[in-house]
Amino acid sequence: MSARSIRGAAATALATTLALGAAACSTPSDGKGAAGAQDSAVVGIAYEPDSLSPLLGYGKDGNSKIFDGLLTHDARMRLKPALAEKLPEVSDDGRTYTYTLRKGVEFSDGKPFTADDVVFTYRTILDEKTNNASKAELDAIDSVEKKDDRTVVFHLKYPYAPFAERTVLPIAPQHVAGKQNVNNGSFTTHPVGTGPYVLTHWSKGEKLTFKANPHYWGGAPKVKKFTMAIIKDDDVRATRLRSGDLDGAILPPNLAATFKSAQDKKTYTAKTFDYRNVTLPTANPVTGAKAVRRALDLAVDREAMVKGILNGAGKPAYGPVPTDSPWFAKGTERAHDLKKAERILEDAGWKKGADGIRTKGKQRASFTLWYLSGDKLRQEHALAFASDAKKAGIEAKVESGTWEVIEPRMKHDAVLAGGGSPADPDFDQYLLLHSSLAGDGFNNMSRYRNDKIDRALVDARRTDDHDRRKAGYDTVQRELQKDPAYIFLTHIDHLYVVNDAWQVPGEQGLTTQVEPHDHGLASGPWWNVEDWQPKK
Amino acid sequence: MSILKSLPWGPMARMTGRRALLAVPVLLAVTFGVFAIAAASPFDPVKAYAGTAGLTASQENLDQIRHNLGVDQPLITRWWDWLTGALTGDLGDSASLRAPVSQVIGERIGWSVLLCALAFVLAVLLGTVLGVLAARRRGGLLDRTVTGAAYALEAAPPFWLGLLAIWLCALKFGMLPAGGLTDTGSGTATAGQVARHVVLPALVLAVSQLPWFVLYVRQGVGDALAEDPVRGARSRGLRERTVLLQHALRSGLLPVLTLIGSRVPELITGALLVETVFSWPGIAAATVQAATSVDFPLLAALTVLATAAVLAGNLLSDLLYGLADPRVAFDG
Repeated sequence: MSARSIRGAAATALATTLALGAAACSTPSDGKGAAGAQDSAVVGIAYEPDSLSPLLGYGKDGNSKIFDGLLTHDARMRLKPALAEKLPEVSDDGRTYTYTLRKGVEFSDGKPFTADDVVFTYRTILDEKTNNASKAELDAIDSVEKKDDRTVVFHLKYPYAPFAERTVLPIAPQHVAGKQNVNNGSFTTHPVGTGPYVLTHWSKGEKLTFKANPHYWGGAPKVKKFTMAIIKDDDVRATRLRSGDLDGAILPPNLAATFKSAQDKKTYTAKTFDYRNVTLPTANPVTGAKAVRRALDLAVDREAMVKGILNGAGKPAYGPVPTDSPWFAKGTERAHDLKKAERILEDAGWKKGADGIRTKGKQRASFTLWYLSGDKLRQEHALAFASDAKKAGIEAKVESGTWEVIEPRMKHDAVLAGGGSPADPDFDQYLLLHSSLAGDGFNNMSRYRNDKIDRALVDARRTDDHDRRKAGYDTVQRELQKDPAYIFLTHIDHLYVVNDAWQVPGEQGLTTQVEPHDHGLASGPWWNVEDWQPKK
Repeated sequence: MSILKSLPWGPMARMTGRRALLAVPVLLAVTFGVFAIAAASPFDPVKAYAGTAGLTASQENLDQIRHNLGVDQPLITRWWDWLTGALTGDLGDSASLRAPVSQVIGERIGWSVLLCALAFVLAVLLGTVLGVLAARRRGGLLDRTVTGAAYALEAAPPFWLGLLAIWLCALKFGMLPAGGLTDTGSGTATAGQVARHVVLPALVLAVSQLPWFVLYVRQGVGDALAEDPVRGARSRGLRERTVLLQHALRSGLLPVLTLIGSRVPELITGALLVETVFSWPGIAAATVQAATSVDFPLLAALTVLATAAVLAGNLLSDLLYGLADPRVAFDG
C-alpha cells in the first residue's frame, strides 16, 4: 500500500466523519482534485479582492501575482528591485527618488513596459476621480515624472524615509487601463500585467485561476497552474483540504492542529505584525484617565490570552511592534501585575465600591467595549480583557455590532481593534498615534495626543538614518509604556497547512514572510508560488 | 394553423397592453422602494466599497469616494438619476462588483435562466406524471404515498433540501459535485462539467416546485375522471389508457396551465436560496452582494428584473386561463 493510497483512505474516512458535522457546501473529492499533479496547485483562502486593478488598491503591498512593483520584498522583508533595475537613488534632502527601469520587460499581452506605465499608474491612483481608498498611503508624492524611457523620478512634498516601501505597488499598463473607466472598466476584472502569472478566470465568490506567464522576466514559474479557491467558512476549508480538493489553506489554530499528524502535509507559521488592541478614547472620563490606562495595561494577562485564545500561536503585544522585530524597544515588555495596577488606581483616587467596581468622586470606573459582531477572535479577546479589567475593579461592558453601529460611538466607547503593517514602522504607528489624525476615519481611534510621540513620529519618518529612526520609534514605545494610547493584547500568528509537495530553492519546504493584519492573496507560503519547485 | 387563427388575438393583445401600462407605476414604485429601503439601511455604501482599506483610509479620501459614487446625493436625486439613466439604456455601474450593471447581469443571467428552466421543465413533467398516476386510483397506495410526500416537500424549505442533497449525494456517496459551476482545479466551463454541476441544484429546485404541480394535476385529473365525457368514453369501450391520457388529462391540465404562470415568483425566491447554497454563479449571488453592500444601481436593476418576471408570469397565467376557459374574458 503506497503512502498515497493510505493518505487517500485516511482522507476519505476523515472527510466522511467531518461531513456529518459540517454539512455545508463544498466540492467533493471526485479524484480530479489537484493533489498529485505538482505543476498545478490549488489553495483555499478566506479573502476575495473586490477588484484586480492596482489602480483601485489591488496588491498595493506586493505579491500580486499578476503584476510587479518597481520594488518587491524578499522572504525577510528586505526590499529588492523588480521592475526597477536597482534600488532607487535618493537625493540628499530625501525628497527625490529616481528609479531606473529594467530592460526588456513585457506585459503579458506582449507590449513593452515603459516609464509611461509607471507615471500613468501613480498619477491615476492620485487622481481624485479614482475610487482608491488607500491613496493616502501615497500622500508624500508631490509629482511623478518620466525623465526618459527608462527613468522615473518621484518628487515628494516632504522627506519621507519609508517611501521606497510604497513602491512595491503594482504597475498597470497604460495601453490597456488608460483607455477605459478606471473605476469599473473591464481591466478591474480582466487585468494585464508583467507578473509571473496571468489570470485565466475569476469566478466571483468561488475562485481565481492563474496560468504561468511563460515570458516572465524572472523566469517561467514551475507551477504552471495556480488556483485560489475562495472559501469563507473555516470548517469547509479544512474539510476540502482534507478531501484532497485543496493543496493548501489558511486555517485558524484549532483547525490547523488537526493536521499535525498528517504525514503528507506541513504546517507553516507566519510571524506577523497583526495585533489586537483595545482603544482608549480620551474623550471618555474613564478611559481618558491616565491612571486607568496604566492600570489596564498592567492588569491584562497577555500570556493567558496567547495560550487560551490563540492556542499558543501568537505573542503578547506591548505596542504595535512585535517583540521579535528589530524595531522593538527592548525593555518595554510589561509583566502581568495586578497588584501594581490596583496600587496605581488607589493612588489616583479610584476607590473600590461595594460591587467591586471603583469610583472616583461620582465617576464609576465603567465603560463600553465594542467588538465586530461575528469575529470570534475579537470576541474572545474582548471577553478576556473585560474579565482581567474587572479584577482590577474596572468594568468593561462588552457589546458587539457591525462597523456601522460602532463607528458613531468610537469617540466615547472603547473598541477591540486590529491592525499592523510590517513593511515599515511608520505605516501603522503614524496612523495609530499621531494627534493630527485623531478621529480621522479609523485612524488614531483613541484620539490620543502626546507631543513627545508626535515629534518622534515625524522625526523618524523624515530621516533615512537608521539609528535616528530606531531611536525615534524607541521613544514612541517607551512613551506608550508611560501613557498607553491603546492596550495592546496580542500579535497573532497566521497558520497555513500545505501538501508537502513543493519547496523553494535553498529551503527544506516553503517560506513565509512577516505578514500584515490584512492577509489576502499576497500572504501565506504561496507569496512566492512563482519560485515553488516540485519536491522529489 | 386553424388553432392559431381561432385564437382571440385582439382581446389578448389589448389585455397585454393594459397590463404593460399598469406595470409602469408598479415598477416606478418598486424601484423607489428599493432606493428608499437601501437608504434607510444601516449599511454604508462607502464603507462597503472601501472594505478593509477603509479602516485606514483618511476621511478626505472616503468623502471623495462618497462623492464619486454619488451616494452623497439625496434619495430622490439618486433615484431620478438612476431612472433617467435606465430609460436611456444606461443601468449605471455596480460599485460592489466594480463593473457596469448590464455586464454583471449579462454574465450571470444565462446561468440563472439555465437553472430555472431546467428545474421548471423537470417540475412540470414530473409533476404531471406523478399527478396522473396518483389520480388514476385515488386513495390507493401510490396516491397516498405521492400526496403525503408532496405535502412534506411543500413544507421543506429549498435551502434545507439543498443542504440535504449535498450531504447525501456529494459528501456521502460522492456521486455529484456539491457546488460551483466547474471543479475547483479547472478554469474553463466546459459543457460536460456544467452538465454535472447543474444536476443537483436543478433537481433540488425542481423538487421544491414539484408538490404544487403534483397536487394540481392529481386534483384536476381526478375530477375529470368523474365527469360525463369520461364516463361516455368509457361506455364506448375505449381503452383505460386512452381515457386517461386523451380525455381526463386534457381537461385536468387546464388549471395546471394557469399554475405555470403564477409559480414564477416562487421559482425566483427558490432560485435565490438554491443558488446561494450551491454557489451557483447566477444573479442570486449578485442580489445578495448588492443588498449587503448597498449597491443601489445593481439592486434596483435586479429588483426590476424580478418584478418584471412576476408581472409577466401573472400575465401569462391570465392569458392561458382565458384561452383554456372561454367563460373568462380578457378584461383583467
